[in-house]
Amino acid sequence: MNLQGKSVKLHDMSLRDGMHAKRHQISVDEMVKVACAMDEAGMPLIEVTHGDGLGGASVNYGFPAHTDEEYLSAVIPKMKQAKVSALLLPGIGTVDHLKMAKDLGVSTIRVATHCTEADVSQQHITFARELNMDTVGFLMMAHMASAEKIVEQAKLMVSYGANCIYCTDSAGYMLPDEVTEKITALRNELDSGIEIGFHGHHNMAMGVANSLAAIEAGCACIDGSVAGLGAGAGNTPLEVLCAVLNRMGCETGIDLYKIMDVAEDLITPMMDQPIRVDRDALTLGYAGVYSSFLLFAQRAEKKYGVSARDILVELGKRGTVGGQEDMIEDLALTMAKAI
Amino acid sequence: MSNKLKAVIIGPGNIGTDLLMKMKRSEWIEPVWMVGIDPESEGLKRAEQMGIKTCATGVDGILEHVIADDIRVTFDATSAYVHAENSRKLNELGVIMVDLTPAAIGPYCVPPVNLEAHAKNLEMNVNMVTCGGQATIPMVAAVSRVQSVDYGEIIATVSSKSVGPGTRQNIDEFTRTTAGAVEKVGGAKQGKAIIIINPAEPPLIMRDTVHCLTAEEPNRDAITESVHQMVAEVQKYVPGYRLVNGPVFDGNRVSMFMEVEGLGDFLPKYAGNLDIMTAAGLRTAEMFAEEVANGTISLPARGE
Repeated sequence: MNLQGKSVKLHDMSLRDGMHAKRHQISVDEMVKVACAMDEAGMPLIEVTHGDGLGGASVNYGFPAHTDEEYLSAVIPKMKQAKVSALLLPGIGTVDHLKMAKDLGVSTIRVATHCTEADVSQQHITFARELNMDTVGFLMMAHMASAEKIVEQAKLMVSYGANCIYCTDSAGYMLPDEVTEKITALRNELDSGIEIGFHGHHNMAMGVANSLAAIEAGCACIDGSVAGLGAGAGNTPLEVLCAVLNRMGCETGIDLYKIMDVAEDLITPMMDQPIRVDRDALTLGYAGVYSSFLLFAQRAEKKYGVSARDILVELGKRGTVGGQEDMIEDLALTMAKAI
Repeated sequence: MSNKLKAVIIGPGNIGTDLLMKMKRSEWIEPVWMVGIDPESEGLKRAEQMGIKTCATGVDGILEHVIADDIRVTFDATSAYVHAENSRKLNELGVIMVDLTPAAIGPYCVPPVNLEAHAKNLEMNVNMVTCGGQATIPMVAAVSRVQSVDYGEIIATVSSKSVGPGTRQNIDEFTRTTAGAVEKVGGAKQGKAIIIINPAEPPLIMRDTVHCLTAEEPNRDAITESVHQMVAEVQKYVPGYRLVNGPVFDGNRVSMFMEVEGLGDFLPKYAGNLDIMTAAGLRTAEMFAEEVANGTISLPARGE
C-alpha cells in the first residue's frame, strides 16, 4: 500500500467515545488535562461530549459526571490550535443543544444517524449549516447497509448541507475490503468538495488496517482515540496510527512522541478496565453490535446471570441499532426467565 | 335518535385511513367526511370506497357542510404547520378538534390519565401528544399516582417503515412534545424522551421503555399493582399493549419494558406506534360523545 505524500486529518474520540468506557464519569480536570496535552501534540480536532452526544445524559445511557456545557466551556478556552467538535444524535439531542454547543465555541458538529435513516438529520444539518459550522453527516453502523445505500444516504445529508460524510463502523465489524468498497463508492459518487471520513472500532483489531484502507480509498479525516479509549475494544488507537502513518510517509501534523506520552502517561492511567479485545468486545465485532452495548451487557450478566456474549449475539440477530441500550436489560430479563 | 357524533377526518394518509377504519366500528362516532388537498390521492379514493364523502379542497371546502351535516368533531391528521388554522376555523363553528399533529395548541390528552377531565371541561381542542407519549405516559402516571417521581424518561423504538416524512423532518418536535407531556400529564418533575428508528426486516413491533426515578424509596407492591391496573386500562382501547418486563426496581429507579402491537387495520400490526395514536384519538372523541349522552356536558348550541 502506498500512502506516501498523502495527508490526513486525525480526530480524537477519547473524550467522547471514551466516555462510554468511563461510564461518562471523566472529570472536568481530566478532560482539560488530556485536551491540552493533545492540543500541544498537534491534534487538530478533539470531540467532547457525553458518549451518546449532546443531550445524552439519561438513565438509558448513563448520567455523566458533568454536563456537556461544563465540559465544553472548560476545554474550549484552553485550546491553542485544536478545534473542538460535538456529536449529536437526532432523537436524543435537539437543535437547542446544537445552538448551545455553537455558542460555547464548538466549530464542528457531527450529526449522527443510523446508516439507513439519514433523513432524520435534515433539521439539524440545515441548522448547523445556517450557523456556518463545519457540518458532518455521520452514518453509523455502516456495515448494515450496502455501498449503494450508504451513497444514497450520504447524498441526502449533503443535500441538507453537510460538507463532510463519515462512514462509521460503530460495531467494529468491517474488514478492510469493505472499508475500501464503501469509501471508494462515496469518493466516486460525492462531489470532490465533500470530505469523506472513517470512524473505526477495534473490536476485530482492524482499527489501524481499516483506517489505512480508508485513507488509500480517499478519506481525508480519520477518527481514533489516543490509547484507544472508546466503546467496545476502543477506537483506532491514534498513537499507533500516527506511528504507522509516519513510517508510510503520510502526513498527520502530529508529534508522535508527544502523543505516545499522552496515551501512556495521561489516558491509560484513567482507564477503569483495560481497553482490549476481550471475549465480549470481540463478540461485538463478530456479531456486528453497537460498541457501547459492551458494559451494559456485562452489567446485565452480573445482575441477571445471563452471559454477556449470549445477550450480544441475540442483539445482533435482532438487528438492534445504536441507542437501543434499553433492549439489553429487557432482553436479559426475558432470557433469564427462559433459563 | 342516534347518540353518535358526526365526524370529519382531515388528512387521508396512513393515520387518517386507519382512524377511519376504526371509526366505522365505533358505537359513538360516525365518520362523514374525509378531507384532503389532492383529488387524485390514494387516501381520498380509499375513503370514497369505504362509503364516506370526500373533499379535496382542504378544510375550507368542508366549512359550508359543517352545520348541514351536523359535524361535531374533527380529527386533524395533517401537520403541526396547518393545524392551528384548521382548528380555529372549525372551533368557530362549534366543532371539537382532536389534534393528532404535534402542534399541541390545546391541552395534552392521554386517555387513561386525563381524558375524563378534558371531556367534562368540554375542551374544544385536545392534543394527542405523540405515539411515544401515548405508549409511555400511562406508565409514568401509574408510578406518580403512587408516589412522587423526580424524573421520568421514555425511550420509544419504532420500525423505520412506520415513521413518515413529517416525523422525520421534525424529530425534535417528538422529543420536546413527549418530554413536556411526561411532566404535565405523567406527573414527573422532569421529563426526557428519546426516539430510536430501527430498520430491521421484518419490522420490529413498537417497543417502549419507561424509567422513573422516585423521590423516596419506591413502594414496590403499590407501584406494581398500579402499573398492572394501568396496563389493563390502556388495553381497553389498544388490546396489543403489553408489559413485557417489569416493573424492575433498582434503588429509586423503576423501569417498565413495553411492547405495542397494533390491530392491523390499515397499518400493519408492527406499527403499534401509529395504532396507539388513532385508537387514543378515537377513544377521546368517544368519551366526549358518552358525556354528551349522559348529559354531563352540552355541545356548543346551534340554530335549530
